[in-house]
Amino acid sequence: MTDLTQTLARPRARLAGRLKLALCLFAVLAVVPPLAHAAGEPFLIVVATRMMVFAIAALSLDLILGYGAMVSFGHAAYLGLGAYAVAILSRAGIDDLVLQLLAAMAASALFAAVTGAISLRTRGVYFIMITLAFGQMAFFFFVSFSTLGGDDGVALPARSTVLGLPLLEGAQGMFYATLALLVAVFAGLYRLTLSRFGRVLTGTRESALRMQAIGFRPFPYQLTAYVIAGCLCSVAGVLLANQAIYVSPAYMSWHRSGEMIVMLVLGGVGSLTGAMAGALVTIALEEGLARFSDHWRLGFGLVLVAVALFSPGGLSGLLRRLGLVRDAT
Amino acid sequence: MTDPLLSVQNLSKSYGALRVTQDVSLDVHEGRIHAIIGPNGAGKTTLISQLSGQLRPDGGRVLYGGRDITRLDMAGRVRLGLARSFQLTTLLPGFSALENVALAVQAREGSSFRFLRPAAAEQALNDQAMACLADVGLSDRAHRLAGSLSHGEKRQLELAVALATQPRLLLLDEPLAGTGHEEAAHLVDLFARLKDRVTMVLIEHDMNAVFALADTVSVLVYGRIVASGSPSDVRADPQVRAAYLGEEAAPC
Ligand SMILES: Nc1ncnc2c1ncn2[C@@H]1O[C@H](COP(=O)(O)OP(=O)(O)OP(=O)(O)O)[C@@H](O)[C@H]1O
Ligand SMILES: [Mg+2]
Repeated sequence: MTDLTQTLARPRARLAGRLKLALCLFAVLAVVPPLAHAAGEPFLIVVATRMMVFAIAALSLDLILGYGAMVSFGHAAYLGLGAYAVAILSRAGIDDLVLQLLAAMAASALFAAVTGAISLRTRGVYFIMITLAFGQMAFFFFVSFSTLGGDDGVALPARSTVLGLPLLEGAQGMFYATLALLVAVFAGLYRLTLSRFGRVLTGTRESALRMQAIGFRPFPYQLTAYVIAGCLCSVAGVLLANQAIYVSPAYMSWHRSGEMIVMLVLGGVGSLTGAMAGALVTIALEEGLARFSDHWRLGFGLVLVAVALFSPGGLSGLLRRLGLVRDAT
Repeated sequence: MTDPLLSVQNLSKSYGALRVTQDVSLDVHEGRIHAIIGPNGAGKTTLISQLSGQLRPDGGRVLYGGRDITRLDMAGRVRLGLARSFQLTTLLPGFSALENVALAVQAREGSSFRFLRPAAAEQALNDQAMACLADVGLSDRAHRLAGSLSHGEKRQLELAVALATQPRLLLLDEPLAGTGHEEAAHLVDLFARLKDRVTMVLIEHDMNAVFALADTVSVLVYGRIVASGSPSDVRADPQVRAAYLGEEAAPC
């Protein structure tokens, strides 16, 4: 106990430990395409891309759920907003990825600011319920959007372009663009969690009363985090639409929101590396188990039960206990 | 006499049928230590919570520096220089002692809407936080997690955090409870030194400390102030001896 707390308190060591594992993950991901080609399984590149897309979504959710203790059950709405931003803009003849990202983030910021300001008036289970309700509102809005396929969704004419170039056309281009955005989101959130703002956010998670007793009003900080998380998740939505070349309301169903929470629980709530790892493992298991059996959900459920029983801190908790890393990132 | 820094007027608060604060009025003057004593369950913590803005009173007013702050929230009062320490420690357990204090410094210095620069690298925050830790005698625990400190050390850290807000009026809810003999002596000494800078409302069961520090003592029994005055007057008051000091009269 004493040893652990002393180690935890040494800031430098803490930073190094935090980053190392994430960097290893990125390095492994970076060599997936050549390895997949060499192994004659190019399909793996597509799977890995999906894994990384959800890693971005899970990272964004971890900011509010893990660092801010705001358990949102409607986070998939932003995945949908990002995806539909691509569909709507490409229909209007705007194929540029950067413009689509900006539009997706602007729409998500607006939606998050309004719904967050209302949701944050509540606490605990009410917060979960109201974010779920807003998520479902967004879902049904796009279900009834018949010009964009309604329930069935709509196929995109092509993937987005980057500065006029069809960089995302091939599986490899799509893969590396996703990896680049994943690294950027991770790096941004990593800095943010250590910043003044991040301190206020995590402080509020630990004790809102204490924060008020030193002069902070938590609401503006929580709302800002909520908006940032929404914006970042919409980036994953833009990528998801491009990866599938297809957009549907199913992206924003409450199952997806729940699945994102599962990813965090699996990886370790309040740990960026854990969130990322949780998403990678969840999607890998989904794809892997689905190959073996139609009843893969049962297998996945068993894995989750095992995690809950044997490693409450998720994967990052497990690694910490095995002494492989010293702290929660 | 000058206007009081804090003026409490006819404050009342009930939990259902239980009247925890009954028509309490008191004045606290700048540069003084005003002790509030009373038996367990008398309503001392509830009174402090109403003064600090954590609880809304049912009736009455709280004036601070002549301004009515009855409806101001806790954060707003802290920014005006009215800080408190909690009887039940309310720290950030996953933060180091230094970070707990640095966050309080951060609250009053500069914007906290800064997203990229690591807060731990801000020397100005750390220096001021270290000074507060040194004040309470916790320098050597700066990098320990607050959750791993001993009970007495947590009490000291509570105080360091409150000091970091640079209060003009400090509400102390049993700051000595649970501290060891040496730490308690250190803290009593600190309060005596702080007196020039900070006005204090002190709730404390340690009568030696109370009578050594306080300029004024008010006795709270069943939510009501039954006596108020200089320590020697209060000690001599027969009503007080009967109601409260009776059981602790021996050492006085
Ligand atoms: N939230 C609450 N709801 C109902 N009753 C409460 C509440 N908080 C406190 N009380 C009651 O109010 C009374 C006064 O409590 P308070 O904590 O203010 O006493 P205190 O003087 O600080 O006691 P102690 O010396 O034990 O700290 C007690 O009888 C307590 O049980
Ligand atoms: Mg009390």
